[in-house]
Amino acid sequence: MIYPINMLICLTFFERLWSADIWYCLPAIIAISLVYAATRHEAMGPILRHALRTGVWITGFMAVFFLILWLIS
Amino acid sequence: MAAFLAWLIPGLGHLYQGRIAKAVLFFVCIVGIYAYGVYLGGNSDLGYGRAVYFAFRNDEWRLPYICQIGVGLPSLPACVQAMRMSNGKAVFFGGFMAPPCPIDSHGNKTLPENDANYQQPTLDKLLHDLNRYFELATFFTMVAGLLNVLAIYDAASGPVILIPAKKEEQPDKSEKTEKS
Repeated sequence: MIYPINMLICLTFFERLWSADIWYCLPAIIAISLVYAATRHEAMGPILRHALRTGVWITGFMAVFFLILWLIS
Repeated sequence: MAAFLAWLIPGLGHLYQGRIAKAVLFFVCIVGIYAYGVYLGGNSDLGYGRAVYFAFRNDEWRLPYICQIGVGLPSLPACVQAMRMSNGKAVFFGGFMAPPCPIDSHGNKTLPENDANYQQPTLDKLLHDLNRYFELATFFTMVAGLLNVLAIYDAASGPVILIPAKKEEQPDKSEKTEKS
């Protein structure tokens, strides 16, 4: 059963996340992933695939730390 | 030559080598993130690009500029503005990439009141008015400079190959099957 208070907490969390400064990391992740991948491949196909993997890895790494810090707080 | 051009303008070294796709990618990513940092580090009152400035003096050693200068030409207006300020001439473009007004240990401006740059904001004012955007702008511009170091290396030495080419292995296998 989902209690209204839980839903409220969840909504507040996502609302705060939506307006949080964490979104400033998005252009940085895109640029870092693409440039890093471009220094390791020559063709655009492998560059984009490598950039996607790097971007997912960075996002996952940040998400793990985000969850840890959120749980601690 | 390609390395120097890659430093001067991100992607120009690759364009010189005929690697057009990578030139466009480097230019868009590096100059894009740098321009975003310049935009974040200022406003219409203070002037833009306030997080990119050259200042190695008694009250401040601006170490992030060492990373920012990796972008090349887009970061060089900061040197021009610093030279103008040290020579007592008014800075250009409303303080674009100009260093903040120097202060003493009590936070008072050390420039004489009749100096052309006395009205330039101090670092305290920049940090107060721009708040976290000053740090974000410093981060974005530093990252752009450091990424261009990778691009310069790529222009000078070619890509760092992580995965060995598989095409060379396949003919060997076919040769073995033919022999057997």
